[in-house]
Amino acid sequence: MEEKDEGGHAEPLDLVRLCLDEVVVVRLRGNRELKGRLHAYDSHCNLVLGEVEETIYIVEEEEEDEQSHVRIVKKQSEMLFVRGDSVVLIAPAEGIQDLRS
Amino acid sequence: MLFFSFFKTLVNHEITVELKNEICIRGTLKSVDQFLNIKLDNAETTDGARWPHLCSTRDMFIRGSVVRYVHLPAGMVDIDLLEDATRKEAAAAKEKAK
Repeated sequence: MEEKDEGGHAEPLDLVRLCLDEVVVVRLRGNRELKGRLHAYDSHCNLVLGEVEETIYIVEEEEEDEQSHVRIVKKQSEMLFVRGDSVVLIAPAEGIQDLRS
Repeated sequence: MLFFSFFKTLVNHEITVELKNEICIRGTLKSVDQFLNIKLDNAETTDGARWPHLCSTRDMFIRGSVVRYVHLPAGMVDIDLLEDATRKEAAAAKEKAK
């Protein structure tokens, strides 16, 4: 996908700009993931998301059989500010399916 | 500056701050600065049994860098205004980078 507008080269954050008012998936540090509608962002990747579902992946080690399984915790929030230093990646929600398959 | 201005519009409203060490604190936003440091009044942890050492603290200053999330009342946020401000900020940042 090539995008150049008004004489400026496309920057990485332009993809985020195109996601404004769209549903995005945000991966965070600490095995967390958010899915919600993007209402605001800045150059630090601080975000405001609406109608958010947070998914936390908790890896539980079991001593006896040395197997670990992942427990998933989900939380809802109507409006959420996310500090940018926790953000790992931001992707359009419809794109993330293609990325995984 | 976008989020600094945004938080200034939320002064005197109830917010819940979730820190990077899992602690959740609910309180009235009293002030905010450019680093997104936060001052809360009438603060209380959402789970007093888990963090009893914070039970007696009422007014607090939270360093911006330890914040993971701030849960906001959805009714307090003008979404159209916020998205317009975001587009303007993005355009201004791009102009500055040239």
